[in-house]
Amino acid sequence: MIISRKIVLRFPPDLIDQPIVYRLVKDYNLSFGILRASITPKKEGLLVLELTGKKEDYRKGIDFLSRLKIKIQPLSKDVIRDEDKCTHCGVCIDICPTQAFVLDPKTREVKFDKNKCIACELCIKICPPRAMRVSF
Amino acid sequence: MKTVAEINEKIKKGKAVIVTAEEIIDLAEKKGIKKTAREVDVVTTATFAPMCSSGAYFNIGPTKPKVRLGGGKVYLNDIPCYAGFAAGDFLLGATSLPENDSRNRPYPGEFRYGGGHLIEDLVSGKDVKLEAHTYSTNCYPGEKLSTRINIKGFNEAILFNPRNCYQNYNVAVNLSRETIYTYMGVLKPNLGNAHYCSSGQLSPLLNDPYYQTIGIGTRIFLGGGVGYVAWYGTQHNPGVERTKKGIPKEPAGTLALIGDLKGMKQQWLRGASFLGYGVTLIVGIGIPIPLLNEEICRYAAVKDRDIYAKIVDYSESYPQNKKGNLGKVNYEDLKKGKITIRGRKVPATSLSSYSKAREIAETLKMWIKGGSFLLTEAVEKLPLNVKFKPLKVR
Ligand code: SF4
Ligand code: SF4
Repeated sequence: MIISRKIVLRFPPDLIDQPIVYRLVKDYNLSFGILRASITPKKEGLLVLELTGKKEDYRKGIDFLSRLKIKIQPLSKDVIRDEDKCTHCGVCIDICPTQAFVLDPKTREVKFDKNKCIACELCIKICPPRAMRVSF
Repeated sequence: MKTVAEINEKIKKGKAVIVTAEEIIDLAEKKGIKKTAREVDVVTTATFAPMCSSGAYFNIGPTKPKVRLGGGKVYLNDIPCYAGFAAGDFLLGATSLPENDSRNRPYPGEFRYGGGHLIEDLVSGKDVKLEAHTYSTNCYPGEKLSTRINIKGFNEAILFNPRNCYQNYNVAVNLSRETIYTYMGVLKPNLGNAHYCSSGQLSPLLNDPYYQTIGIGTRIFLGGGVGYVAWYGTQHNPGVERTKKGIPKEPAGTLALIGDLKGMKQQWLRGASFLGYGVTLIVGIGIPIPLLNEEICRYAAVKDRDIYAKIVDYSESYPQNKKGNLGKVNYEDLKKGKITIRGRKVPATSLSSYSKAREIAETLKMWIKGGSFLLTEAVEKLPLNVKFKPLKVR
């Protein structure tokens, strides 16, 4: 059975320059699409992948990633903004690794593009009025 | 030349011309200062930004038996208040934290609930827990008090800011190799970002740089209600370097503000958590400037391009109180979202909400237009000779 999953991977700093995705392809016969990639403030690598392959290969591939101490999280959480609480300050703009927040130069309001969000949750703790939260 | 009394007469007749500190820029450019000063009566300025030096004081009526809070311990929702006054009075500060809050451990601490949030909860009408422990006296035999209370249950609930409305502020950056957590937000290593905190051309004291109209007694928009300038703010420091047009290039003047918390709105008083730093209160402020003459009009027409802020390193220079020179940058460039420091492009964002400041300036304009808010003449001018000095530790 072929399965396809979207996952968020977080790399510790020492793994950032390792050819991990290459090994997923070569050793575990998985194909992948990179949905997003970046380095977060603490210099943690962040990669959002869509992994496709045989169920058994997928399981082994995930095992391999866990052994490397890579944090794996399904891309299923939904981060939402409480519009009443947001003051449109803009502090989240430079924290978000995927540029999900954009300042409208005319209205000076901060737009939140949910489609760009990879649920890394960085904005949740740094938003001063705590307008961002995870909804399950 | 106009007087405040003449402008108030016009307001009462519905004939006053009121514009925001943003709108006056275009007007002054199109019509010139002379004509604008003649035609416009009032300019509204505003800011909506975090200010830790915020608080509130309260009075509770007598209980049976009477309890004397003064000299005892008072908590609101487990947050310690200051009770060194008479029997029924106590004070709450925006940065106060519950005693069992884990503070900055694990680092960076989240500071989910503190004085700022409590003030917001009270303004929104929520019930909070009031607890007091004290000693017994002949006239106040009670030793304990535990009750639920909301803002209506207090005799007085007064917002007080020993300092707010900073006239200009630093642009915070981080030159170190580690992320740092400050009251200016999370600063990324190696000049990874820059945070500023002023509404620039909309900011009250930047529109009246020599305090010609804003002074002690000035009536203002405070937290969605009406308040007053009570005094000059702590750390008032008007003598810093200024541009040719009189605009301070560093944090300068400040205001102490006071107003009835019961008349304020949650929308304009927001508790806030700064990761790794603490709790604060975001306060909405709007201040009208009567255009009494051309000079006042020229100052009120100031634009972002003419306002410069000092870039300060918060990894070393700020915490160690050392001099540093990273240059200055104007608010027009800051608001474009990218500035250049040491030849590098650095993304810049704000802690102060410009869109909300604009909304406050518009609201105040409507209040004045509607005749419900008249202007006041300052009872006393703010001083120009006060200095902010470092502490000599002996
Ligand atoms: S940090 Fe929070 S309040 Fe500020 S713009 Fe972002 S979501 Fe809104
Ligand atoms: S959780 Fe917040 S910081 Fe992370 S990607 Fe989504 S919007 Fe950006």
